[in-house]
Amino acid sequence: MSEEHYLELCDSPVQFENASSVNNVFFDEANKQVFAVRSGGATGVVVKGPDDKNSIAFRYECALKSLCFALIKQNRPVFSFQNGGQGGSEISQVCGEKNATVLGFCWTSWNEIVFITDQGVEFYQVLPDKRSLKLLKSHSINVNWYVYCPETSVILLSTTVQGNVLQPFAFKCGTMSKMSKFEIELPVVTKPAKIILSERDIAVATIYGQLYVMYLKHHSRTGNNPGAEVVLYHLQREGACKRSHILKLNTTGKFALNVVDNLVIVHHQSSQTSFMFDIKMKDTDSNLNIHQPVLPARSIHPYKIALTGPAAVGSQTPVPCELCILFLTFLLGSGYLWYLQVKLKPVVSLLQDKSKLMEFLLRRRDCKMVILSVCSQMLSRGDKGSLPVVAIVFDKLNQVYKEYLEAEQSYTMAVECGPSRGSTAHKRPVRTQAVIDQSDMYTHVLSLFTERKDVSHKFIIAVLMEYIRSLNQFQITVQHYLYELVIKTLVQHNLLYMLHQFLQYHVLSDSKPLACLLLSLESTYPPAHQLSLDMLKRLSTANDEIVEVLLSKQQVLGALRFIRSVGGHDNISARKFLDAARQTKDQMLFYTIFRFFEQRNQRLRGSPNFTPGEHCEEHVAYFKQAFGEQAFIKPVTL
Amino acid sequence: ALIEEVGIGTPGMATGMQEKQYTPSLLNFFIYNPKFGPREGEEEKKILFYHPSDVEKNEKIRNVGLCEAIVQFTRTFCPSKPAKSLHTQKNRQFFFEPEENFWIVMVVRNPMVEKPNKEGKPPTIEYQEEEILDTVYGAVLQQCYSMYKLFNGTFARAMEAGGVELLTQKLEKFFYRYLQTLHLQSCDLLDVFGGISFFPLDKMTYLKIQSFVNRVEESLSLIKYTAFLYNDQLIWSGLEQDDMRILYKYLTTSLFPRHSEPELAGRDSPLRPEVAGNLLHYGRFLTGPSNLKDPEAKFRFPKIFVNTDDSYEELHLIVYKAMSAAVCFMISASEELGREFCEQLDGLVGPQLTLLASDICEQYNINRRVSGPDKEPQFKFIYFNHMNLAEKSTIHMRKTASVSLTSVHPDLMKILGDIHADFVRVDEDEEIIVKAMTDYWVVGKKSDQRELYVILNQKNANLIEVNEEVKRLCATQFNNIFFLD
Repeated sequence: MSEEHYLELCDSPVQFENASSVNNVFFDEANKQVFAVRSGGATGVVVKGPDDKNSIAFRYECALKSLCFALIKQNRPVFSFQNGGQGGSEISQVCGEKNATVLGFCWTSWNEIVFITDQGVEFYQVLPDKRSLKLLKSHSINVNWYVYCPETSVILLSTTVQGNVLQPFAFKCGTMSKMSKFEIELPVVTKPAKIILSERDIAVATIYGQLYVMYLKHHSRTGNNPGAEVVLYHLQREGACKRSHILKLNTTGKFALNVVDNLVIVHHQSSQTSFMFDIKMKDTDSNLNIHQPVLPARSIHPYKIALTGPAAVGSQTPVPCELCILFLTFLLGSGYLWYLQVKLKPVVSLLQDKSKLMEFLLRRRDCKMVILSVCSQMLSRGDKGSLPVVAIVFDKLNQVYKEYLEAEQSYTMAVECGPSRGSTAHKRPVRTQAVIDQSDMYTHVLSLFTERKDVSHKFIIAVLMEYIRSLNQFQITVQHYLYELVIKTLVQHNLLYMLHQFLQYHVLSDSKPLACLLLSLESTYPPAHQLSLDMLKRLSTANDEIVEVLLSKQQVLGALRFIRSVGGHDNISARKFLDAARQTKDQMLFYTIFRFFEQRNQRLRGSPNFTPGEHCEEHVAYFKQAFGEQAFIKPVTL
Repeated sequence: ALIEEVGIGTPGMATGMQEKQYTPSLLNFFIYNPKFGPREGEEEKKILFYHPSDVEKNEKIRNVGLCEAIVQFTRTFCPSKPAKSLHTQKNRQFFFEPEENFWIVMVVRNPMVEKPNKEGKPPTIEYQEEEILDTVYGAVLQQCYSMYKLFNGTFARAMEAGGVELLTQKLEKFFYRYLQTLHLQSCDLLDVFGGISFFPLDKMTYLKIQSFVNRVEESLSLIKYTAFLYNDQLIWSGLEQDDMRILYKYLTTSLFPRHSEPELAGRDSPLRPEVAGNLLHYGRFLTGPSNLKDPEAKFRFPKIFVNTDDSYEELHLIVYKAMSAAVCFMISASEELGREFCEQLDGLVGPQLTLLASDICEQYNINRRVSGPDKEPQFKFIYFNHMNLAEKSTIHMRKTASVSLTSVHPDLMKILGDIHADFVRVDEDEEIIVKAMTDYWVVGKKSDQRELYVILNQKNANLIEVNEEVKRLCATQFNNIFFLD
């Protein structure tokens, strides 16, 4: 049954002390670190992150009520702030009007901080040396609550009485920009004006590089509502925020949201299961962006904590980042911080539609080995009618592969052109795991597949040709080793006429190695000789090879005529040709060849004699013996 | 100018004092096995087939005996190469032993000219005994056997299955019709080659066809072999070369010409396109059921025999066509094929093949546009490659069921045949340039396994100019193959 769970917790959770009367626990979203503060910092602060091997611990003299964090790894000081400017030990700052309440603060970079009060936002630069803050910008607005997305430094402010008009602000390099506000459509409008939209139902996340505001829309139980849904608003730097996707949950209850690997994970508390949504996966039956879960809801794979046995998954708070925080306070009195991970292997067996599966996998981060194993699996079964599926899968892989190659190519070209023309520095395209190239396919899938004895050779060849077809369709140059695999398989099953036809239509592209491979087949399949020579001819860079092939066939005159037709006869080795002519034991042929080179000598050097460097003494002697002294061309004496 | 094409043995519409030209025609065609009637008085048993059948018994025996004697006699001079033909003033006989002790003999009457004499006197007949070529008619004879074998299997197998009785039945049935389709007057060098014309195609479209063939073979696993043709030209053959060669001959000279294109058919014609789902398709069976909707439709397909040297397979031949694309599906004859299978095939192949056919057509037109009409060869040539049997001719017009039309004078065609005969005699590459009677030059080139024949019509051209012209042709038309100049 463990194959059923497509979500799991990471292997090494961050463990920390339980929050209690003497202990405060904070989470730094920006750095993904947990702060355990004991006795207000007096007895110690322990900082732990999932990537940190060692936790940082330090003591803090003053009592902390609230804490914000900055680049702890670089051992920068921790700043504390209090409303009204009281008690800040390092730097203190008064912010807002007198009657304003500080709702919170966010670090937008290592030296920039934003304060949010119920009356507006204030953006400060931190000057550590002067131990002071410098106000960069502020904006007055009535705020109910706020949500911060550290990855994109965007703050969402809830305004108006119902709280459903959201005002986003973006922070970047000391600037604060107000983005266009937008309204969340509420399910029911209550008469008395009060806050309806709660911050618990709003999260901000980056999905496929785009910023989305996720709204957990609870439907009232009255009527025949299908259930709650998550509404995604696409937040653009410029332009209005648009409702872009609706994720159907088809159930009601308490939910929590995560975004993992660009997938929206919705945890349902009462059923202890999680839904997974991929906003790029389109349902064929609707052109609206209404999404059903990719897979049936499943619980997270149970996690075993050493010493204590399986831990149940507790309630979760929505955390708008790639982390899932689970405070298992009821266990052992201590807490754990886990990453939530998507397991791709269970997805493979749960998602039957191979085309959908491939699209899904190609969008995941650690997909390569899973994709390759899906390919192997798909081929090994050899189900009837599986070729069209194989074709679709290959096309999907090669589309991603081609996009990467194109990006790489335009990058190389841009670099070669130099920075003079382009003002922006060129970014080298990132090769994600979804780029499955020919060598991956060869090594992990095709070379093993062609060795299989339980699959018909017809199917093997069909698959190889399908892969080559797909590569060609995307105009990707096919690597030699794939051709070699095709030829090897065809030769192994004695399908030489088939090979001949493929070559005739140039399905196997010309190359010197391929031509040489064909030459080696000549003994089993004589036409391979002609195919090879044709290929060398087309390459037009293989004239030497053609001469060698012809000489090896004792076609000395043919070789000479060929090299003359391409204008290379002044540079060829006379000895090589004379050797070959002698071997034919054809006296007249030898005479002809010898005479040709005598004439060449005459033309090039003004004398018919061979130079010592040509090492033709032996042939000169033979010529003299066979045809007599008088047969030599007489040197022209002036 | 006096020479005109006429039917077998019938004089042209000559009037008055004009000469009458008679083209070569079939006199006799017989098959015998000397072992079947070795004793005197039993000679008739040797004869398995005799055309024309109304010849008197003793004459049949006499003719067969003569052939037997000639073959026996000449064998003493060269045991490994028995006689192939016998030249006489009035006719020429061709001998062929396709299987041990089975001999096929074809007797062709030489072409002749009938010159009218003065009133009352009978016309003088001149036989042109040098006009016909051994290589051409020898090849025609071999083709007769190959075609018989394609549809009937070997003589030996028929003997095993049902003795002489079965064999003679089969021979009678096959050759009675086949000999009527032999048009000896229009046989030429192309019959010697028995080549296959390949459809020029870009790699991508070719791979699509591969993909199509593989998919169909996968989903209809009964299919053992597939061949794909477009515009009567071969693109893919799952059969071995020799079997494909004769099947190709059958398809292009017999089956295809009998079926007209459905696109040309009228609105109310039964050949209108099928509508399968939302896809219009033009697929139809050229063999087997002519109309699937007909409740009386017969699901019988012709049987063919392939790989007769080793595995000896008997197969159903299904030929299915959509627009200009034709596919042959070959299925073991032991399988029963009925309505269900045909409908399945029609539903699967029809729409796909229709799409593919329009793809090929589109691609072909693009390629033609790219290469441009200027590059269309101005030359008249025949090219043949022994390695893949690829043949290309700009001399021959479309081959029809009845007659092959050439655009050059028969005298020139004969020169081509003569040059070929010279090439056969030697192993090495060579080139022959002939100045014909008129302003024509005929050039034959042989390089490795390839032969090229070019006919040039240039007034006052000299040998060097002709040579240059041919070089230019090779450089433009054959630049992608290794062709020694």
